[in-house]
Amino acid sequence: MRPGDPRTARAEVALASARGVGTEIFSSQPRADVIRAAAFSVALYAALALAVLGLAVLVLDNLIEGAPRLNPALLTNGTSSLPANAGLRSALIGTLWIIGFVIVLIVPLGVGAAVFLEEYAGSRSRVARLIELNVQNLAAVPSIIYGLLGLAFIARAPLNLGFVVLTASLTLALLVLPVVILVAREALRAVPGSVREGSLALGATKWQTIRHQVLPAAVPGIATGVILAISRAIGETAPLVPLGAATFVTFDPNGPFSRYTALPLQIFDWVKQPQAEFQTLAAAAIIVMLGLLLAMNSVAIWLRNRYERSW
Amino acid sequence: MYATMSERPAGKAMTRPRVSVRPGSRGVAESTKPDLRRVFELQGVGVTYSGVAAVREVSMDIYENEVTALIGPSGCGKSTLIRCLNRMNDLVADCEVVGKLHYQGEDLYGPNVDPVQVRKLIGMVFQKPNPFPKSIRDNVAFGPKMIGQEGDLDEVVERALRGAALWDEVKDRLDKSAFGLSGGQQQRLCIARCIAVEPEVILMDEPCSALDPISTGRIEDLMLELKEHYSIVIVTHNMQQAARVSDRTAFLMVEQSPDERASWGRVVEYDLTGKIFTNPADQRTEDYVSGKVG
Repeated sequence: MRPGDPRTARAEVALASARGVGTEIFSSQPRADVIRAAAFSVALYAALALAVLGLAVLVLDNLIEGAPRLNPALLTNGTSSLPANAGLRSALIGTLWIIGFVIVLIVPLGVGAAVFLEEYAGSRSRVARLIELNVQNLAAVPSIIYGLLGLAFIARAPLNLGFVVLTASLTLALLVLPVVILVAREALRAVPGSVREGSLALGATKWQTIRHQVLPAAVPGIATGVILAISRAIGETAPLVPLGAATFVTFDPNGPFSRYTALPLQIFDWVKQPQAEFQTLAAAAIIVMLGLLLAMNSVAIWLRNRYERSW
Repeated sequence: MYATMSERPAGKAMTRPRVSVRPGSRGVAESTKPDLRRVFELQGVGVTYSGVAAVREVSMDIYENEVTALIGPSGCGKSTLIRCLNRMNDLVADCEVVGKLHYQGEDLYGPNVDPVQVRKLIGMVFQKPNPFPKSIRDNVAFGPKMIGQEGDLDEVVERALRGAALWDEVKDRLDKSAFGLSGGQQQRLCIARCIAVEPEVILMDEPCSALDPISTGRIEDLMLELKEHYSIVIVTHNMQQAARVSDRTAFLMVEQSPDERASWGRVVEYDLTGKIFTNPADQRTEDYVSGKVG
């Protein structure tokens, strides 16, 4: 058979299918491609599994160790030097006070800064670019530096608030503000320009457009950013150490100018104790803290869905 | 497709009783409306973006209760020009408008003119339907609320939706998201939203380019109804559409500098629609509307 003869082609197809290579029309995928694709997806699953596994081991380990103390008394008992009587109440209340003020501080400041940078300052404004650069750098500053800043300027002169809840709130607010600003800007940027144009074309002012169209549309994104920031603030330990967060308070913090302790510091204190009972207590407290974070993230997701539906 | 286009719009335009095609005449349009009032007067209007000219030397008058169409190839500055008319170009950094642009005798770019006030009188409908991420009711009520209108907005909403021929389709779902509407319905919602603030002029920047022919037909019918109460300026790529709906048509073209380094848009011819499509004065207009170029 000569090459080019239709019979040659037919014979080749027949031969190929007899060998099990491809179908009559479609050739089979090169073997190397198939292997590469499989290897890639295995690598992705492995990366995911590693991350999930780490968290799962942490949660399980603490659950098993802390199980004997995971009861309502853990939340209602105050501080005590006797492990059997010790509980998280003071630390929990302290954390709630601190976070409450952090929210009050970061929402208006963070959203305000984001609106200014995104909507008012032109992209070519030097001031805006300088602020933007600083915000990005601040987000990367180690948290202990913020603790020292709070010690120098908030706990002592010029604000001179002392080692109280509000000092911790102000410091943690400074710490997480860059995150809020960055996320809120992203959320504002994601609102399509056509919405702004449509609103302005109806004779709405710039402020009306931002207040009634852009901000509501950005709420889900902003809420996510705020909750992420708060989650970080709850877990921060280092900046509170120089800010005089007592690890042993015999009272419940009762306001912005009260002395305080917070969950992560309480856990840190218990872990340091030599008695095995305190280790159990610390494990139980870790579960409580993780539960609190999980609950907050759930609220964030619920809020986001609710706003999206109300369109 | 251009071959059929050159015949049909002309034929259609001819059947419109109000448009005369006699050269040099203002047409029947004038006789039915003896006091033809000028809404916009443009004289030597030019627009530059960062110093680069986009449109140059536009001089034309736009009349009350008429539909004025701006046609021409892409990049000829139609959209740039229409966006000057309600100062939407103010939102573009480094955009500068020169020349005389008067609205009912007042300088639109005068030092004491607030663009927000301009846009209350001169509304705009965009190329892509852009409903707000809110309910249908809130979409329509937004404009009236923002200009401080109080009282029963339900009535305003109903009137605007009826005005945009959308009421019957949405009256049972006013509190549902506007995103649930079809593209054509969304565009009519944008028109309803626009007329809810009771402007005097409606600018439409290619309002049907994202719509199917049936939705397009509905919006064209609507334009013919709306011009009883409003003056309409429409930018369109679709020459048939200009022929069907407009009373006057301006044909814009891209003009190049002698060294071919720069180009800008310019009005080649502006006249009654019937004349533009059947007996244009300029050869370039004739080439364009008959489909020889563009």
